[in-house]
Amino acid sequence: MRILVVGGGTGGTILANNLARRLDSEIRSGNIRLTMLSASDRHMYQPGLLYVAFGQMMPDQLYRDQASLLEPCIDFHVDPVEQFQLDQNRVRTKSGKIHEYDVLVIATGSRIVPEQVPGLTEGAETFYTEESAVKMFKSLREFQGGKVGVVVGVPHKCPIAPIEVVFSLHDYFKARGIRDKVKLKYHYPIGRIHTIEQVAKWAKPEFDRLGVEYETLFNVKEVDAKNRIVKSEEGTEYAYDLLIAIPPHRGMEVIEKDELGQGGWIPTDRYKLTMNGRDNVYVLGDTTNLPVSKTGSAAHFQAEAIAENIASIVKIGAPVRDYDGKVYCFIEAGHDRATYAMFNYLNPPDLKPPNKSMHWFKMAYNQMYWTSVRGLL
Amino acid sequence: MPENKVIDARNTFCPGPLMELITYMKQASVGDTLELLSTDQGSVADVPEWINKVGHEMIGSEKVGEVWHIKVRKTK
Repeated sequence: MRILVVGGGTGGTILANNLARRLDSEIRSGNIRLTMLSASDRHMYQPGLLYVAFGQMMPDQLYRDQASLLEPCIDFHVDPVEQFQLDQNRVRTKSGKIHEYDVLVIATGSRIVPEQVPGLTEGAETFYTEESAVKMFKSLREFQGGKVGVVVGVPHKCPIAPIEVVFSLHDYFKARGIRDKVKLKYHYPIGRIHTIEQVAKWAKPEFDRLGVEYETLFNVKEVDAKNRIVKSEEGTEYAYDLLIAIPPHRGMEVIEKDELGQGGWIPTDRYKLTMNGRDNVYVLGDTTNLPVSKTGSAAHFQAEAIAENIASIVKIGAPVRDYDGKVYCFIEAGHDRATYAMFNYLNPPDLKPPNKSMHWFKMAYNQMYWTSVRGLL
Repeated sequence: MPENKVIDARNTFCPGPLMELITYMKQASVGDTLELLSTDQGSVADVPEWINKVGHEMIGSEKVGEVWHIKVRKTK
């Protein structure tokens, strides 16, 4: 059996390593071939970008060689897929090679598309790439006071990030002794300050306590970078001195080009994690169209479910479990406190008050990630 | 030709039904109808609130079993 994993991000890497261990004897005997195709020879710990934006981590701390994270029995190639030929059970890569498969896992992830909002690239700082996070830090460092706006594109990866960046901005300016010179205003697309009701209920009084203003039902329409004004689809606007944006996202271009899913999001069964209409194609992480957070955490739990099912199909001919929608997200409530949200399809999160222990646990997890992505944690 | 799109946002806490609707509204063409499936009682109030503020058209909402079917049309 040929198992092909497309994508070497969090989900693809955890899945491949988990599967390699479960199918160790089958791979050694040559009955299973496990191949990964990735666009990069490096693996980035993306949550670390928030820390880079505040000068708390250096960019080189975010990377490891992808090959060093993979079980040796995984046949790894840096050769991204350029065409999915699902009817023929094969893909064609950038180098022109054809890889045939019996089981395909698509974990290509998502990309930022700030260009979808006119003026956003020119007018706003962001932290969803290494370059932009470093640039944001330099802008923050030079900032001496004024009006800071936070705006949020839809859809976006890491739904907790808008809240976290506000708390981090508050603590950053406070530490520099200029918080009283900064007017901090947060703008959010729906009618409360976070999509998770429990997070909104917790964060609202925290914002009030910290003097953070907020405007809800604000979907970014355009940014007038020259005059420093951000305008919403709803007809309101905000004049800023410094604008921080969570950029909108789409799935990868190859997914859209091959018409696997509108917006680059592949229609996926929410429990089996198979592509709709394709029982031998699994989809995980940001690539799905599921109403699930686009986070490494969701990709992690989905990868475990898929790995367990592919292995059980090999061993007993049937899958053994469903994905239950589980997500676990740390929430940094500034530079020295944190909490978390854990939920699934049926059970909402039960948010606890932030504390220092949870913050240090997150700090530890920033290092433990490399164990986690190897499928060991 | 305008399309009718069903958005299955049942049993989701994050990103949640309204955020899902906003995502699909961005992908839709003017004239398309979007039907949001939601098990969140709050959707009955917060979807019309956003639709009215942003200027799209609210067609109606109906509860079938435990699921709200909320229909809207993209107008701009």
